[in-house]
Amino acid sequence: MLIRNAPDVRSSEITSERLYLHRREFIQAALGAAAGLLGASRTIEASSAQAPLPPRLDGVRKGPFGTSEKQTPYEDITTYNNFYEFGTDKSDPSRNAGSLRTTPWSVKVDGEVNKPADYHLEDLIKPFALEERVYRLRCVEGWSMVVPWVGFPLGDLLKRFEPTSKAKFVEFTTLFDLRQMPGQRSGVLKWPYVEGLRLDEAMHPLAILTVGLYGRVLPNQDGAPLRLVVPWKYGFKSIKSIVRIHLVEKQPMTAWNLESPHEYGFYSNVNPEVDHPRWSQATERRLGEFFKRKTLKFNGYGDQVASLYSGMDLRKNF
Amino acid sequence: MSTPIQHRLGKALVFAACLLPLALLLWRGFNAGLGANPIEAITHATGDWTLRFLLITLAITPVRRLSGWNRVIGFRRMLGLFAFFYGTLHLLTYLWLDKFFAWSDILHDIPGRPFITIGFSAFVLLVPLALTSTAASIRRLGGRRWRVLHRLIYVAALFGVIHYWWLVKADTTLPATYLSILALLFAVRLWFAAGKALQRRALTLRKQVPAGRQ
Repeated sequence: MLIRNAPDVRSSEITSERLYLHRREFIQAALGAAAGLLGASRTIEASSAQAPLPPRLDGVRKGPFGTSEKQTPYEDITTYNNFYEFGTDKSDPSRNAGSLRTTPWSVKVDGEVNKPADYHLEDLIKPFALEERVYRLRCVEGWSMVVPWVGFPLGDLLKRFEPTSKAKFVEFTTLFDLRQMPGQRSGVLKWPYVEGLRLDEAMHPLAILTVGLYGRVLPNQDGAPLRLVVPWKYGFKSIKSIVRIHLVEKQPMTAWNLESPHEYGFYSNVNPEVDHPRWSQATERRLGEFFKRKTLKFNGYGDQVASLYSGMDLRKNF
Repeated sequence: MSTPIQHRLGKALVFAACLLPLALLLWRGFNAGLGANPIEAITHATGDWTLRFLLITLAITPVRRLSGWNRVIGFRRMLGLFAFFYGTLHLLTYLWLDKFFAWSDILHDIPGRPFITIGFSAFVLLVPLALTSTAASIRRLGGRRWRVLHRLIYVAALFGVIHYWWLVKADTTLPATYLSILALLFAVRLWFAAGKALQRRALTLRKQVPAGRQ
């Protein structure tokens, strides 16, 4: 398969820590201009409500496929989250995810593999060099971010477990624990949260497992300690706080697909031509921007992933 | 018994209180308190307050009937107009901040997206009520016709709640809460109306019985 790398991010384009710690000024200013108000800004340090920053990750190399677009500030990425295990409001996860204990953490890899195993997280990720991947993230709700993830290719991990010839899909499962994840007491979704990929999608070098963002350990509200990131699909496919990676023969039943099958398909590739039954997917609001921008097919990763779907009707397989 | 001065003071206080949600929104806007997606935050806040004011307005008559506090009716028009005010802000947020007057999108959304269709209908239903909110309009229309027209607020509130229900992705707790309150307020009205009808029947019966025995 031909994989064309998008141009790498020059080090001069990476936002400095000092800059990213500064709170958003842009949208407030834009809104201020629109509404006749003056914008205001604060720094992360000045905000007493802000949790201390997680520790830095060592030895993170710059990975491929990075975008040079402006990165969404750390504070927005960590306070505007859809993570229903901690509540359905976007501000709930950052407030409630403190109850999640990420150490010790074990991940089971089983199903159609020659070497199934139950691993401590540290042992599972030890063989892999951590890379920074600056990806666009497009939510099915119509907003988007640019996130500097830290992680490693999912495919590299899967290969170590030697999928059998029967392995056609990968099913991921989030932790199910009512004490640690109080949102699971509500019946909004069927718990535990399950997501899935076709094996060839999972093996694609764009698909990564992440353990950090902005060079630091992943905060709980963003899916600590281990989260999938599939940048060409809507955000809900990128399952958080993974405890099981299960290789299977049949297409798995996934959480949002179970909740509303006609609205959230198994594939859920970002596609401006296929609207959500209730709203348009043609445009999106990049957090921090006033004007909406056009949504790109496969979230702009078509050069890399379109071939995975050649010959498929993406309207039917939405 | 409150004096006219007390009544005017009361109205001024309620007026100021009704402006608090807007003041809070502006304060959050000034102080970077609207979060990562300010336009969404403004849309949700103005929409929420429209529904709340509709429900508060609809609660006035039951409160008056059940508590015997007749003066409270004097606040109803103001509260209803504030529902219209926040509804207008909500619509403007959509037209201006969210869509930036992209009319082709907007004209496609309003008939084509059911949750927008019904939300917009709710707003349209409120327009004649706001326009006929003056004492002069009541005189011009006549009390009975005015009252019938203003029953549209029930339809508007119901449409508003459905608009909210159809918009949420999975968690319907809040729209369900609003719907239950609306249903309760409507049930109270039906109960009052049934009571009145019974009374009327009893009266006519009492008149008829002696006539029959004559």
